[in-house]
Amino acid sequence: MPILSPTDAARVREMLATLPGPVRLVFFTQTLNCETCEPTKQILGELAELSGQITVEERNFLLEGDLAAGYGIDRVPAIAVVGAQDYGVRFLGIPSGYEFMSLLDAIQLVSAGDSGLSEGSRAMLASLQSPLALQVFVTPT
Amino acid sequence: MAVESPKITSVIVEAGEYPDLVRKYHVSGVPKTMVNGTVEILGARPEEDFVRTAMSAADAA
Repeated sequence: MPILSPTDAARVREMLATLPGPVRLVFFTQTLNCETCEPTKQILGELAELSGQITVEERNFLLEGDLAAGYGIDRVPAIAVVGAQDYGVRFLGIPSGYEFMSLLDAIQLVSAGDSGLSEGSRAMLASLQSPLALQVFVTPT
Repeated sequence: MAVESPKITSVIVEAGEYPDLVRKYHVSGVPKTMVNGTVEILGARPEEDFVRTAMSAADAA
């Protein structure tokens, strides 16, 4: 039973039809003690079906701890959204509901490699001297 | 912002799944953004306002 309804799937396919470049979803998961890992895997699988530009690379969080650490990932389910380069975009937790839309946004941004920010924002960020780690807390509804 | 600058990482956290993080950063409403674990930005803000506030965390460091 798919998570995305046929209507939603069609809309997502349309949204992703214009992706300019490939996007890799590096998905860290584990079999035990992770209620949302399996549904996350299913959502990502359905998403990859909707665009030839999207691939899902499944990784075992426990067996590939060094790789997870390299992506700055310390819990599951987690997704690194990687385009032509790794821009440092991550999702923690199942990307359902509203967060699914955020994931689609992130895919479109990294695919294009363009933030879409205003000139003013770009100018400010160009002067950034030290690292910024943003954690955005959201809920699915 | 992460796409714009190599110095920035952006992690979207599903609050319901991670009560430990919610407690740590006293998240009582969403969206809430923590910058470098210190500066907090509540709700949705105009873009350049958001960028300016976020960057104040770098100045503070």
